[in-house]
Amino acid sequence: MRKAQGSWEKRILKSLNSMCTELSIPLARKRPVGEQKELLSKWNEMGTDEPDLSLFRPVYAPKDFLEVLINLRNPNYENGDSLSFRTHLGLIQVPLKVKDIPELKEFFVELGLTTGQLGIDDSTQVPPELFENEHVRIGQKVLAEQDGAAAQQYIRQGSPTALRADLWALILNISSQPEDILYYEQLKTNVIQHDLLVDSLIYKDVKLTASNDDYYFVFEDYLYQVLLCFSRDTSVLGHFAYNSASPPKSYIRGKLGLEEYAVFYPPNGVIPFHGFSMYVAPLCFLYHEPSKLYQIFREMYVRFFFRLHSISSHPSGIVSLCLLFETLLQTYLPQLFYHLREIGAQPLRISFKWMVRAFSGYLATDQLLLLWDRILGYNSLEILAVLAAAVFAFRAVNLMEVTSLAAAEAVLADLSTLKVMPLLQIFLFATVT
Amino acid sequence: MSRVSVPCHVKGTVALQVGDVRTSQGRPGVLVIDVTFPSVAPFELQEIMFKNYYTAFLSIRVRQHSSPHTPAKWVTCLRDYCLMPDPHSEEGAQEYVSLFKHQMLCDMARVLELRLILRQPSPLWVSFTVEELQIYQQGPKSPSMTFPKWLSHPVPCEQPAPLIEGLPDPSRVSSEVQQMWALTEMIRASHTSTRIGRFDVDGCYDLNLLSYT
Repeated sequence: MRKAQGSWEKRILKSLNSMCTELSIPLARKRPVGEQKELLSKWNEMGTDEPDLSLFRPVYAPKDFLEVLINLRNPNYENGDSLSFRTHLGLIQVPLKVKDIPELKEFFVELGLTTGQLGIDDSTQVPPELFENEHVRIGQKVLAEQDGAAAQQYIRQGSPTALRADLWALILNISSQPEDILYYEQLKTNVIQHDLLVDSLIYKDVKLTASNDDYYFVFEDYLYQVLLCFSRDTSVLGHFAYNSASPPKSYIRGKLGLEEYAVFYPPNGVIPFHGFSMYVAPLCFLYHEPSKLYQIFREMYVRFFFRLHSISSHPSGIVSLCLLFETLLQTYLPQLFYHLREIGAQPLRISFKWMVRAFSGYLATDQLLLLWDRILGYNSLEILAVLAAAVFAFRAVNLMEVTSLAAAEAVLADLSTLKVMPLLQIFLFATVT
Repeated sequence: MSRVSVPCHVKGTVALQVGDVRTSQGRPGVLVIDVTFPSVAPFELQEIMFKNYYTAFLSIRVRQHSSPHTPAKWVTCLRDYCLMPDPHSEEGAQEYVSLFKHQMLCDMARVLELRLILRQPSPLWVSFTVEELQIYQQGPKSPSMTFPKWLSHPVPCEQPAPLIEGLPDPSRVSSEVQQMWALTEMIRASHTSTRIGRFDVDGCYDLNLLSYT
């Protein structure tokens, strides 16, 4: 796995280097003073800037990453040429251990049919005295006590909209101290002083994804403020201690090979890919103060999101999530899986982009936030794979009638009307197996 | 509790299989590794450490030195220890494992020879073994040291030498130096761990290309 991650990283580096040489733009340079002043004055409205980004292209897109994952092979694994019980019918060929539905039922026991959920039991037909009022009251008590462990347990049943921002801050251990605000201001100074190639990639990504989204285009300026500062934040380098990836290195101009002039590029070691800004966009609904929004995003990234784009055998890593999705689909919807495979529409090709973005940009925002509540509550990303399988189960009837990959994509193109919690509950607890 | 590595000679793995190895289709699911200690007298085993490579279950048999007249017999000291909870999946397949004396079924007082029996029932894996095998015995207890006489029986204070003219009082100087030293120790101990967050080298962050190494 480490070898695969290493060669994938090399590919990314090569792509970035070739972009540099083609466009003759340095990776990083110090801004001249006039430019610094200009940027400082425009800090709150960077979205109005329209630099020419036509020559830039994203370093990679999720589907490139999927191809790498499909080609992961264990040299000690007997994968006979002929189809046998050993061949994986899905795209992922690595035999990692994933949970099956009985184990998932136990893991997600609070999502069961007999437990109240926000997202189901707060709908207009259900009188609020049955569940919602009591749940809100408990939430207020948890916040008053500032009890992080209780908050994590509480949020498994969903968080009331009014309490969500504070609950997430409590679980992620974010409190806005003066030194945090100072730290953010320092990052802002770093952005103003140095211009990075990665900035243009971020601009391009925001313009391509978030700005075109009906829900998120209003937050465009916030996204720049958060992501540009994120690239300068060296404290993110700490997460490479438990990440299988390693940060790219470079040398100060003219000092190639001298260790004292070796630096990480970008300073936080993370090269953004197509869709990266969608990790930040939903958070803009909850937090309006830039330094707090920044801290929440950074914590979410180093706890969860980094696992969605690096190769590792962790149960919440993207490889395990893909395998979990395929296994669930094969075991519980075998006819659908077989049919899709026959028409050349491997289900993972459609659901991969949902999981890599943690469904951001595909679900309606209130549903997405309910889903991310559960990610925080269970401290695991496995729910993304379960939801992906549940969506396929929901649209199974339509999918059985399609005859091509494009038609299957069309059936699953619009998820914005889906209600996340009923889907999950039905798939885990109410499907006859 | 210290431990000392025991030099061992690991013989090649022998596959146990029913029927002829050449003609039958399947791969062997049982391997035996013999470990001898040619240059060491019978010792007390403390710990066995190794890196697993796709072995599912491990059994260990030991041959101990008993009284000079009875021949040494093989005794099972570990039976079917599970290294991989699910033999068909990757969990536990490449982990580092340590086994201690207290986990063994019998006393490991005078070990002559060890035999590791590896089992991997799943047909999915091409090969399996254990690597980097290391055996440890109990290290020597820290020897009791005899203190020099002058440490345990300090000599009573001598008469201080007469002060030389013009120089400050040595006892006052030494107490002041002592205070300064205590201050520097305090500052060193309380140094903050928050990073400054600088990513540039002396204010310069001009980069051309990424490095591949």
